[in-house]
Amino acid sequence: MNWHEYVNATGKVPAWPYEINYGREHVIKTDVLIIGGGVAGIRAAISAKQHGATVAVADRGAAKYSGAGGAGVDHWHGAVLNPCSKITPRQYSDVAMYCDDGYCNGSMRYIVGKEGWDTLLELEKWGMQIRDVKDEFVGSIFRDDETKLMFAYDVDNKHCLRVWGNNIKRVAFAEAKRLGIDIYDRICIFSLLTEGGVQGARVCGALGVHDRTGEFYIFRCKAAVVATGGGSRIGGLAPELNAASAMGDLNLTGIGHTIGWKAGAQLVMMEQAGTYGGGFGYTPYSMGNSDNTYQGAPTVDYNGKPIAFATRYGKLLDDYRDVFRTSNPDTFVLGHGIGVSFLKPGSANDYEATHLDPKIGEKVRSGEFKMPLYNDFTDLSDLDRRAIYNLMLAHEGKCRVPIFETWNEAGFDPARDLLQCVITTPDTLYARPGWVGINAGPNNWFSPGSGGYLTDWRLQSTIPGLFVAGGRPIFGGGCHGESHTTGRYSGRQAAAFARANDFAEANPEQIKKEKDAAYTPVNNKGDIGWKELNYAIARVMADYCGHVKTEEVLNLGLKRLADMRESEGERTFVNNPHELARMVEDYSFFDLGQCYIEAAKARKASSNILRFTRIDYPEVDPEEWHKLIPLSLKDGEVVAGSLDCWFYKKGPYSEDLESNYVKYAELD
Amino acid sequence: MSGFSMPSFSGPCRVLKFDADKCVGCNLCVDACPLDVMIPNPEPGLEPIVVFAEECWFCGGCVQECPHGAITLIFPAKQRISTIFKRKDTGEEFRIGQKKPMPPNIVPPSGE
Repeated sequence: MNWHEYVNATGKVPAWPYEINYGREHVIKTDVLIIGGGVAGIRAAISAKQHGATVAVADRGAAKYSGAGGAGVDHWHGAVLNPCSKITPRQYSDVAMYCDDGYCNGSMRYIVGKEGWDTLLELEKWGMQIRDVKDEFVGSIFRDDETKLMFAYDVDNKHCLRVWGNNIKRVAFAEAKRLGIDIYDRICIFSLLTEGGVQGARVCGALGVHDRTGEFYIFRCKAAVVATGGGSRIGGLAPELNAASAMGDLNLTGIGHTIGWKAGAQLVMMEQAGTYGGGFGYTPYSMGNSDNTYQGAPTVDYNGKPIAFATRYGKLLDDYRDVFRTSNPDTFVLGHGIGVSFLKPGSANDYEATHLDPKIGEKVRSGEFKMPLYNDFTDLSDLDRRAIYNLMLAHEGKCRVPIFETWNEAGFDPARDLLQCVITTPDTLYARPGWVGINAGPNNWFSPGSGGYLTDWRLQSTIPGLFVAGGRPIFGGGCHGESHTTGRYSGRQAAAFARANDFAEANPEQIKKEKDAAYTPVNNKGDIGWKELNYAIARVMADYCGHVKTEEVLNLGLKRLADMRESEGERTFVNNPHELARMVEDYSFFDLGQCYIEAAKARKASSNILRFTRIDYPEVDPEEWHKLIPLSLKDGEVVAGSLDCWFYKKGPYSEDLESNYVKYAELD
Repeated sequence: MSGFSMPSFSGPCRVLKFDADKCVGCNLCVDACPLDVMIPNPEPGLEPIVVFAEECWFCGGCVQECPHGAITLIFPAKQRISTIFKRKDTGEEFRIGQKKPMPPNIVPPSGE
């Protein structure tokens, strides 16, 4: 029942159902601490445990369903070593780097290419369906009859697989439980501990508060894996307003980035802006479109007139099969939902999936087609229709219940009914990311891009013993499949580190100071709640780190954050531990915001690839700024470095990616 | 008549609907929710109370966790009026939550 109903029915406000003990300490000692219990964190935990470590997972939510991948997945990138694939890990890594013009993570992509298929096979072993075992799709263009694998995006190169992943998180969670891994749900980790409390020194633990009890958790570890989510909440917080995005709930506060920033880790690409902004959005996957999960969904106009698909070079396609082929026979389709932006000017189109007629905007303006547009599945063959609707849409994250079952209940029949697309300006009808469900937001809405921890071939951060996993905390990271694969890899690395190193000592002064700060809102009886503070920080980010970036504006942004931290930040209140954890996350935004703004200050050039505009440095992607800028705190001061985008195959590393992999992968 | 002074939420109040005949108050949904939007009902055996409705991100985990099929996820009105279906042969439009609902069209997900 709703809270209102309860109050009206009983005349009482419900008491907080859990015993509250603000600040009561728990100390947990473990070889490997996993921060974040999403798909990356759970895979890291399983892998560390399999490699002999004792493991504790601290999850902000509840690990059975939590995280961006907690509600399922419909296709799996990076299975390039599956028996049907014609792509090699080297091609896969090189193409990801090429499409992002270097602003990607070549070593991580190679690791994913090497281990993505094995990582998926483990899920099959644990009970997730990855093949058409029931022979529902015999005769489909997407199917290989021998292996029963089903392909997405590219039916010739066969490196990306359709999967039946609605239960993906639950099967991984069950395996973690079966292995006896300690999972601590409802813990908001807000600080990393380093040896002696020195920025940049070896990791030795983390601090957290409990969302239900308000109790204080001190984790001590030999190695840790950060496997947290993105930082979208710093740009806005109402799920109904921004549809929570396809991949980001309110627990995704970027706090995994923040704790590393405060602990002195080097972060890169934090200046990159997100693709879609925020705004008055739709429920993800709820509107007609032809991308990602909906790849190949036919579109018609208001009068039912079909709109053709086209190659990325504008050639209209007659054969439906060609929708799932590359636009350039010398290349392959990288696909959507892989965390690659395809922003390299011009030729990156070679690796993009097909889309609607690029002249659709023009043709709407001329009256040839009428809005609104609709997806029309009715003329597809039953096999093709089920491959989109019953397979992809029924298994993709946040689709089974909110879309598939809800639509069934409402009477939607894809064999008979059309699905309306977003009504928008004609110019944005082409290549619109309709599947994300995010409408065009206010121009200045702040949303983070693919910035994250600088990682090496071990997926270790620059803090010794601190490994990184998942699409968000690894710079240039990917999405669902990449999160599993990097989690599995980082867990193995962390276990190896824990075997070779003993516990290091934290600084008790640091623990005391951090604890006092976290519990400020409990003690100071202020009048500002977590939402008000969150919105205020989002306002600063939009105003001072949005599209209008100049040195002066960015500096003022830092000033505003510092100002709020010592004024509004000291006048907060919370009603219960749930609100305390939300408020602790708000506090972290002061540091995260600083990191984003400092990163924007450090890049004194504009960049298309990074979706980054400096009004005072208008030159776009000049060669001398075509590099990563590692940013960190050292003794409280911001230090900006310079790093070749292709560093992972230069200097100490071999140009041959395979020899780097073999050297560092901790293979069994 | 009397009533209570209560604040209005900034988002939807109703994100989950419980079937009182099916819900046994086991609270599995409470513990499954990644956002912790519910609390157990103080009265044992009764349905949970959604306290933080506006934090729900509509993932449906609670619906899947419920062994009794007692929970329905409710789209906010803004979304109900956005997702529009149109029957191709008649041109008739329909949507989730309309006054006279269409009969359901229950099809199984692939694999199940």
